[in-house]
Amino acid sequence: MAELDTSQGGGKKKGKKHGAKKMSTRVDLTPMVDLGFLLITFFMLTTTFSKPQTMEINMPVKDKESKEEGQAVKASKALTILLGADNKVYYYVGIENPELLVTDFSKTGIRSVLNEKNRTVKDLVVVIKATKDAKYKNVVDVLDEMAITDVKRYALVDITDFDLELIQKVNVQ
Amino acid sequence: MPKVKVPRKSTNIDMTAMCDVAFLLLTFFMLTTKFKADDPVVVDTPSSISEIKLPDTDIMAITITKDGRVFFGMDGKYNRERMIDKIGAKFGIGFTEEEVHAFSLTGSFGVPIASLKEFLNLPPEQRTNEKDQPGIPLDSVKNELQYWIVYGRLSNPNTRIAIRGDGETPYPVIKSVMNTLQEKNVNKFNLITDLEARPK
Repeated sequence: MAELDTSQGGGKKKGKKHGAKKMSTRVDLTPMVDLGFLLITFFMLTTTFSKPQTMEINMPVKDKESKEEGQAVKASKALTILLGADNKVYYYVGIENPELLVTDFSKTGIRSVLNEKNRTVKDLVVVIKATKDAKYKNVVDVLDEMAITDVKRYALVDITDFDLELIQKVNVQ
Repeated sequence: MPKVKVPRKSTNIDMTAMCDVAFLLLTFFMLTTKFKADDPVVVDTPSSISEIKLPDTDIMAITITKDGRVFFGMDGKYNRERMIDKIGAKFGIGFTEEEVHAFSLTGSFGVPIASLKEFLNLPPEQRTNEKDQPGIPLDSVKNELQYWIVYGRLSNPNTRIAIRGDGETPYPVIKSVMNTLQEKNVNKFNLITDLEARPK
């Protein structure tokens, strides 16, 4: 295909004879190929194939008129997770007189607690509260744990003074 | 013994086929490529097992850096043009045509509205320098993020809101961003994360 030239040797002779010089139409395509591959490399390196992953979260609608903060959760079905400083996770069951326990983000930490609760308690509601020392990563991790352990109902709520006191008490001990 | 004549073959290779392949691939990459947005900030997002992909278009991204500065970005040149017009009208700042054009080409930015004009008059290479950008004010007295959200959504009603936060960001900053969103009746938003394998 590239050999678009016609009759090299004979042509020359003929051309000489007739005066009009017949030039070879053969083009060296090597530089063009070089350029092509250079551009391919450039586009391959700048392209972004992987789109970022996202997590979708739905927050409850903030009702400015009613002062009640959502529905009350049954004490027997509530599990509260508090996120503290230094990747610490505190949790307690129920609402009244809770016993605060400390755990972490490892496989045997909060995940096993959630798995166990999710199995034993029907319609478990997890309340997630982050202290001001918590990192964004902790929040994403705990939301991720919800997805891993298949907890259907959970909410991200503001922390209360009561919870902060509990954490303080545990840390003093 | 007669000499065995080895016919001399030309070392010329027909390049046409290779050229065809090269340009075919080139065309493919040129058409499928989407350049990385020139975000001024580098954030290390936390990882999650979520496999939902972020759509390419109609995205409003709120980027939060490690030190708690907030950057705002929106896709679509014309959306950005409409947005800056509305912001200019709201705050009584007359943006010139060049400034509007400069804004329409800016990815994420993190400057207060008051110094936006100054920011847009900077040369383009300085505009992507994140060190000079203090972030969008977010405190309760002067919450400018809410205006960007409102006018951004007015400029493109189909837009989705994504939060791209650094894993080390303190939670209160994230909370105030989320509160701002909720105040503006945005109760559904995306958190951009890296992919992580689902544990067995």
